[in-house]
Amino acid sequence: MTAEPLPEHPDFLWRTPEPRSSYDVVIVGAGGHGLATAYYLAKNHGITNVAVLEKGWLAGGNMARNTTIIRSNYLLDESAGIYEHALKLWERLPEELDYDFLFSQRGVLNLAHTLQDVREGVRRANANRLNGVDAEWLEPDEVAKVCPILNVSPHTRYPVLGGTFQPRAGIAKHDHVAWALARRADEMGVDLIQGCEVTGFLKDGDRVVGVETNLGRIHAGRVGLAAAGHSSVLAERAGVRLPVQSHPLQALVSELHEPVHPTVVMSNHVHVYVSQAHKGELVMGAGVDTYNGYGQRGSFHVIEHQMAAAVELFPVFARAHVLRTWGGIVDVTPDASPIIGATPVENLYVNCGWGTGGFKATPAAGWTLAHTIATGEPHPLNAPFALERFTTGALIDEHGAAAVAH
Amino acid sequence: MLLIACPWCGPRDETEYHYGGQAHVPYPEKPAELDDRQWAEYVFYRDNPKGPFAERWMHAHGCRRWFNALRDTATYEVLATYRLDEPRPDPAAPAAGGER
Ligand SMILES: Cc1cc2nc3c(=O)[nH]c(=O)nc-3n(C[C@H](O)[C@H](O)[C@H](O)COP(=O)(O)OP(=O)(O)OC[C@H]3O[C@@H](n4cnc5c(N)ncnc54)[C@H](O)[C@@H]3O)c2cc1C
Ligand SMILES: [Zn+2]
Repeated sequence: MTAEPLPEHPDFLWRTPEPRSSYDVVIVGAGGHGLATAYYLAKNHGITNVAVLEKGWLAGGNMARNTTIIRSNYLLDESAGIYEHALKLWERLPEELDYDFLFSQRGVLNLAHTLQDVREGVRRANANRLNGVDAEWLEPDEVAKVCPILNVSPHTRYPVLGGTFQPRAGIAKHDHVAWALARRADEMGVDLIQGCEVTGFLKDGDRVVGVETNLGRIHAGRVGLAAAGHSSVLAERAGVRLPVQSHPLQALVSELHEPVHPTVVMSNHVHVYVSQAHKGELVMGAGVDTYNGYGQRGSFHVIEHQMAAAVELFPVFARAHVLRTWGGIVDVTPDASPIIGATPVENLYVNCGWGTGGFKATPAAGWTLAHTIATGEPHPLNAPFALERFTTGALIDEHGAAAVAH
Repeated sequence: MLLIACPWCGPRDETEYHYGGQAHVPYPEKPAELDDRQWAEYVFYRDNPKGPFAERWMHAHGCRRWFNALRDTATYEVLATYRLDEPRPDPAAPAAGGER
C-alpha cells in the first residue's frame, strides 16, 4: 500500500438554483442516498425534472461522518442481493462518473474470537459463496498474513480464532463520492437545493402532492424521503409512522501515520473496526449508544471500550493520538435491515433504516429507490425490504447475521 | 456520559444502567381481538421523538430495578426519573418529578 494523493477538488461541481414551484420528483435529503436516487432517476429512467432538497449542506449528514467501509458479506439472501448489487456498481462508478473517489478494494477481515463466532463466520463465508459474493474463511496464521500488524497470539483476552475475508470489499473517499454523484445529477438537469428544510407535506386526501419548506411550497408528482437519522421525524409530518429508532453512533481518527494497515479489520465480539485512510489517519468505529438520541455526539465509555479493543488487537497503535471524534445519528429498525419502498401515503416513498451500515449501499439504495419512484413498483432487489414486512412478519433478520452487533 | 438518578440509589453514571426503550407501552387489553397491523404496532413500532421522551432504564449494576426517565433526546438532559407506578411527569410544570 502506498499513500495516494487525493484528487483535486474541482472549483465548480453543481449549480445553486432557486427552487421552482413544481417538479416531477422531489427527494428530501442530499446525502449519498438522495443524490444516488436523483442520479439514477435521470440516468436509468430519464426523469430529470427533479429537485433534491437539503436542510443543511450537500452531503453534510452521515455521508460525511461514516467510516466508509464497503462490503457485501451479509448472510441472508435478500441482504446479499442488495449489498452485492451495490458493490458491483461501486466497481464501475469511478469510471462512469469520471471521478476518482479512491475506491480502494483492500478487503475486509471480520474476526472471530469465540467458537460461536467461528461457526457463524464459516457459515457466512459459505452462504456468501452460494450468493456469488467473494468470501473465504481464514485461520489465524492466514489472518496474520493479510494484516501483519494484528496480534493473533493465543495469549490475549479474546484471541483471534480466525476470520472471514472479503477481498473485493474496501473503503472510498465519502465526500468525493457525493460530489461525483452531485455533479452528474446536476449536469443531467437535477436541481440540488441546499439550505432548504422540509417542514411539512402538501396532501390531497391520502396522496402527497408536494412539500412545505422554509423556502416556500414546492409541488411534486412524487416525493422520496432519504433523511437517514431524521426519517421518522420527517415521515411523522406526512402522517406515516416508521418502525425506526434513532441512535447516536460515533467514530474517531488518529493523527496521520505511515501506511501500516493494509486492509479493513472489523471485530464484532470486542467491537471495534479499523482502517487506514488514504492520507494516513487510523479510522475507528464501534457500536451505537443504546439510548435514542439526536445530539450528534456519543458516550465516552464507548470510545474507551473500542480503544481498549484496538490496542489489544493492534499493539502498534498503543501510542497513537486521537485527533478528532464525532457522532452521527443513525435510524435502526427492529430487524437491522433497511426499509425501501412505498408508504401508506400515495406517491410518498421512503428509504430509511440503514442504521450503521448504509454507506456501502449508496448506489443500490439510489438504484432501487429510483426504480420504485419511477415505476411505482418495487425493484426485485428492494421488494423484500418493504414496510409491510413488519405486519406480515417476513422480517430480514440481519441481527447477528450482518457481521456487526447492531 | 449521562448522569442518571435511580429513584432508589440516587445519581449514577450511565454505565451502571441498561436501556429499555419507550416507557408506558401497555400490553394489549384484548390480545385476541388484535389484527396483524395492530400487533405490528405493539411489537415493532415505538415513538422516536426529537425532544422529551419517556423511557425505561434498569439499574443493572446497582439495585437492578426498572424505573422510568423523562429525557430530552436532542439535549440528552434527564428531566426527571420516576418509579413505574408513578405517572409521567409534566416537563413544563415547575417542579418536574416533584411528586416523588
Ligand atoms: C459514525 C458513523 C460511521 C458509519 N460507518 C459506516 C461504514 O463504515 N459503512 C457503511 O456502510 N455505513 C456506515 N455508516 C452509516 C451510513 O453513514 C448511513 O447509513 C448512510 O450515510 C445513510 O444515508 P445518507 O448518506 O443519505 O444519509 P445522510 O448523509 O445523513 O443524508 C440525509 C440527509 O437528509 C437531510 N435531512 C434530514 N431531514 C431533512 C429535512 N426535513 N429537510 C431537508 N433535508 C433533511 C440531512 O441534513 C442529511 O444531509 C456510518 C454512520 C455513522 C454515523
Ligand atoms: Zn438503583
